[in-house]
Amino acid sequence: MLEPINVSLASLNIMTLAPMLIAIVGALVILCIDLFKGGLHKSLYVMVSLLFLLLDLGAIIDFGNGFLKNGTVLGMFDVMLIDGLAIMAQIIIVVGSMLFIPLALTSKRFHEYNYPEYFALFLFMIAGFQFMVASDNLIMIFIGLETASLALYTLIALHNRSKSFEAAVKYFTMGALAAGFFAFGSMIFYAITGSVEINQIALALAKDEYANIGFVLIAVVFLLAAIGFKISMVPFHTWTPDVYEGSSAALAGYMSIVPKIAGFVVAMRLFEFLVHSGVVWLQVVLYVAVVVTMTASNIWALVQSDVKRMLAYSSISHAGFVMAAILIGTTQSNSGLFLYWALFSFTNLGAFTMLWVNRQKNLLPGQSSDHPYEKFAGMVKTMPMAAVVMALFMLSLAGVPPFGLFWGKMYMIGSAVTGGYTVLALIMALNSAIAAYYYLKLIVFMFMKEPMPGYEQGYLLNASLSLKTIIGIAAVGTIFAVFAVNPLLKVITLFVYNSGY
Amino acid sequence: MQEHILSILIFFPALAAMLGFVVHKDSARAYGITVAAIEFFLSLWLWHLYDPMTSGMQFMEMAPLIPVFGINYLVGIDGISLFIIILATFFTLIGIASLTETRRVKDMIITLLFLEMTMIGVFAALDAIVFYVFWELSLVPMLYIIGAWGGPLRIYASVKFFLYTFTGSLVMLVGMLFMAYFYYQATGQWSFSLLEWYRLILPVNFQMWLFAAFFLGFAIKVPMFPFHTWLPYAHGQAPTIGSVILAAILLKMGTYAFVRFSLPLFPDASVAFMFPIAILAVIMIVYAAMVAYAQEDIKQVVAYSSVSHMGVIILGIFALNVEGISGSVFLMIGHGVVSGALFLLVGVLYDRRHTKLISEFGGIASVMPRYATIFGIMMMASVGLPLTINFVGEFLSLLGFYKQSHAYTLVAGTAIIVGAIYMLSAYKKVFFGTVTKEENKNLKDVNRTELLGLIPLVIVAIWLGVYPKPVLEPINNSVEAIVQLMHDKAQTPEAQKRIPNLAETGTMNSAQEAH
Repeated sequence: MLEPINVSLASLNIMTLAPMLIAIVGALVILCIDLFKGGLHKSLYVMVSLLFLLLDLGAIIDFGNGFLKNGTVLGMFDVMLIDGLAIMAQIIIVVGSMLFIPLALTSKRFHEYNYPEYFALFLFMIAGFQFMVASDNLIMIFIGLETASLALYTLIALHNRSKSFEAAVKYFTMGALAAGFFAFGSMIFYAITGSVEINQIALALAKDEYANIGFVLIAVVFLLAAIGFKISMVPFHTWTPDVYEGSSAALAGYMSIVPKIAGFVVAMRLFEFLVHSGVVWLQVVLYVAVVVTMTASNIWALVQSDVKRMLAYSSISHAGFVMAAILIGTTQSNSGLFLYWALFSFTNLGAFTMLWVNRQKNLLPGQSSDHPYEKFAGMVKTMPMAAVVMALFMLSLAGVPPFGLFWGKMYMIGSAVTGGYTVLALIMALNSAIAAYYYLKLIVFMFMKEPMPGYEQGYLLNASLSLKTIIGIAAVGTIFAVFAVNPLLKVITLFVYNSGY
Repeated sequence: MQEHILSILIFFPALAAMLGFVVHKDSARAYGITVAAIEFFLSLWLWHLYDPMTSGMQFMEMAPLIPVFGINYLVGIDGISLFIIILATFFTLIGIASLTETRRVKDMIITLLFLEMTMIGVFAALDAIVFYVFWELSLVPMLYIIGAWGGPLRIYASVKFFLYTFTGSLVMLVGMLFMAYFYYQATGQWSFSLLEWYRLILPVNFQMWLFAAFFLGFAIKVPMFPFHTWLPYAHGQAPTIGSVILAAILLKMGTYAFVRFSLPLFPDASVAFMFPIAILAVIMIVYAAMVAYAQEDIKQVVAYSSVSHMGVIILGIFALNVEGISGSVFLMIGHGVVSGALFLLVGVLYDRRHTKLISEFGGIASVMPRYATIFGIMMMASVGLPLTINFVGEFLSLLGFYKQSHAYTLVAGTAIIVGAIYMLSAYKKVFFGTVTKEENKNLKDVNRTELLGLIPLVIVAIWLGVYPKPVLEPINNSVEAIVQLMHDKAQTPEAQKRIPNLAETGTMNSAQEAH
C-alpha cells in the first residue's frame, strides 16, 4: 500500500505563485464580464487589464523587497524559483505589457480589439512568461513557454489580415519545431544527469567532470536552437521579419521586447554554468552565434525597404548584442543585459508605436507594405513634432548619446572590455556603426526629402490620447535616461549579484 | 553665478533653442542673433574672469551622473579651451548674423543653437564620457544642416560625414572604456575623469593600442590623410553656414582632442608615433595643396587649403614641445577665423551668382572693390603673410617641429610657401583681368549685413597677427603644464629625450612658479 504523501501547506509556499495567479485571475474576470454582458467597449477591457497588471506589478515589487531581505525564495516543490533574475525579468515583462495594452485604444477601429478574448489571451500570455522566468525547472520553463507562445500565435492571427494569418501560421510551425528542440534537449540532460532542474544538472555535470561531453554538447545545441528561435538568433531568425510585418505594429513592438527578455533569462540560467564550466567548445559556439547574429542581421537590415521590416532586423541585431552578455558571463555583463533591455524597451516600443500611429486602413495603389520608407518622406514639413520624436527613437537605437540606448551599449561594451573580450568589444562597436546607417536612412527620408503625394492623409490617423501618452512616456524615458541609469544600475547589480550571476 | 558660468555657457543655447520652437518664423533670425550675442558676451565675460597666470583647470564644476560607473558631469577650462570656446560663440553669432538662407530659417536657427551647445560642451568637458556625448551629439545638427540645406549631393555627403565620424568615434569609445578599466584595475574605482586619468602611467604597449584607438576617432574628425575623403563632399555640398561652422569649429575638435587626450595620456606612444604622424601631416600639407591647385570650384580650393593647414596644426602638436603645441593651438584659432571668413566670402559670391566655378568669374575686383579687398586680406592671412593671424601660429608650429626634425620642417615649410601659389592663382583668376561674363557686370558689392559679419573677422585676423600676446600667453601657460606632465610621465629614454623638461631648463614661466 502506498504511503500517503504528507506535505505541509506552509512548505509549498503558495505565495510564490501570486503574481502569475493575479494575471490569470484577471484573464478569467475578463471572460466572466463578457459572459454576463457582451458587446462592451474595448476601453473597459483595457482598463481592467491595466488594473490587474498593476496588482501583478505590486506583488512582484513586494517579492523584490523580500528578496533583498531574505534572498531567493523557493516554492511549490522547488519548482518555483524567485530570485533576482526572476523578479527583474517580471518587472520588465509587466511594465512592457502595461505600456503595450493602452495601444489598443486607437482612434480607428481594429478588428481584434472587439474581442474580449484578445485581452484574456494577453493576460494568459503574461502569466506564461512569468512562469518561464520564475523557475529553473526545465519542464516548468517549457510549460510557461508554450502557454505564452500559443496565446501569442492567436493574438497575431486576430489582426485579421491575410498577412497576419500567414505570420501566425509561420510563427506557430516554427514555434512547434522550437518546442520539439527544447523537449529533446531537456530529455538528454535528464538522461545524463537524472534531473530537470538546472542547478541539479550543473551539480551532476560538475561531479562527473563532464564525462558525457558529447551528449552535453548535443543537448546544448538543441536548447540553443530552441531559445535561439524565441529570441530570434541567426540562423533561427527567419520567421521574425515576416511575423513582425504580418502583426500589428504595436504587437510587433511588444514581441521584440517581452518574449525576448523571458528567453534571455532562460538562456542565462542555462548557459551561464556551461560558459563557466571551461568547456571551450561551448564558448566558441556561443561566440560565433552572437557575432553572426549581430552582423548578419545588420547587413540584412540595410537593404530593407519597409521600416517595420528594418526594425525587425534591427531587433534581431539588438538581441545578438545582448546575448553577448551571456557569453561574457560576468556580474557586470549580466547587469548590463537588464539595463540594456530596460532602456531598449522604452525606445523600441516608442518606435513601433510611431508606426502604429501612422497605420493606414487601406494601402495606396502601388504601396507594397504598410510602412515603406517613402511614406515618411518629408515628414518634418508635414508633421514636425512627430518627425522629431521618431528621429529621437532612431538616434537612440543607433546609440547616439545621450539618448537611452547609448548607456546600455556603453555598459555592455564596457563589460566586454572588463571581461577580457577585446575583439568582441570592437565587433560590438563596429556593428553599432553599421546599424547607424539604416536608422539614419529613415532620418534622411523624414528630414531631407520632399513629401510624397498621397501619403499626407496617412499620418497620425490612429493618434488617440492614450497612444500619444505612450509615445510621450517613451520619449521622455529616452531623453532623460541618463538620470535613470545610476539608480537602475545600482538595483540591477544588487539583484543580479545576490542571485549568484 | 561665476562658479556655474561654464554650465550656463553650455546649456543656455540649448534652452534657447527649445524656447525657439515657439518663436514665430519671421522673427526667428532676430531671436537667433539675440541669443548668440548673449552667449558671445557670456564667453567674453568668461575670458574676463579667467586668470591667465594659472595653468590648471578653472571654473570646474562637478555633478554626479552615473557614479557607480565613474561617470560624472565634470567641466572646466584652461587656456587651450578658453579661446576655442570664444571662437565657437563668435562664429555662431557671425554665422547667424550673416545668414542668407531663406528656406526654413527657424529650423536652421534652432539647429545652430543646438550645435553651439555641443561645440562648447566638447571643449569644456573634462570627463571622457561627457566629452564623448557632446562629440557625438554634434554630428546630428551638422547632419541636418548639410542634408537639408545642401547642394544636389547633400544626402550622400551628410550621411558619409555622419557614418565616417561615427565609426571612428565608436572605436574611440572602446578605447575610453579600456582607459577606465585600467584606472579601475589600478585604483579599484571606476573613473572617466580626465584629470584622474592624467595620473596614470600606462605600460608602453598598452599606450600604443590605446593611442591607436583614440587616434582613429580624432584623425577622422581632423580629418587627417587618408581619412579626409568625407571633407570635400561635406564642404562641397554644405550651405555656407555649414561650411563655416565645420571649418572653423568642428574640425578643431579633433586637433583639440589630440592635445587634451592623446598627448598627456600616452606620452611614450606619442613620441613613438611622432614621425609616422609627421609623415602623414606633411603628406596632408603637400597633397592637399596640390589638389587645391587643381580645383575648378572656388569653395573646394578653400576646403583643400583648410585641410592643408590642418596638417600644419597636427605637425605642431606632435612637435611635443611648448612652441609647437602653443603654436598649433594658436593656429587653430587663426585657421578658424581665416577659413571661416573665406567660406563666408565664397558664400557671398555664391548668393549672387549661384555658382562657385572659378571659370565663371574674372575681373570681379573692378565690380566689387570692397569685396575684393576683404577677400585679399583674408587670402593673405590664409597663406601666412607676416603680421596676420596665421603667421604666428604657423611660425611657432614649424619652429617647434624644427627642434625635433630639420628635414620634415623644411619640407613642410616649403610646401606652405609654395602653397601660396594656389591661393594667389585662384585670386587672380577670380578678381583680376577683364570682366568677361555679362552676368558679372552688375554684381552688387557686399552689403551692410555681410559687412557686419566680415569686418570683425578682418579686425581679429590683423589684431592677433600684430599683437598675439593676450591670447598666446594663457595658451602658453597651459601648454607648459601639459608638456611638463608629459615629461614627468615619460618612461622610455627616447620620450624623455624628446619631451623637454621645463622645470629643469628653467623656461617655465616665472609667474607660474610663484603660484
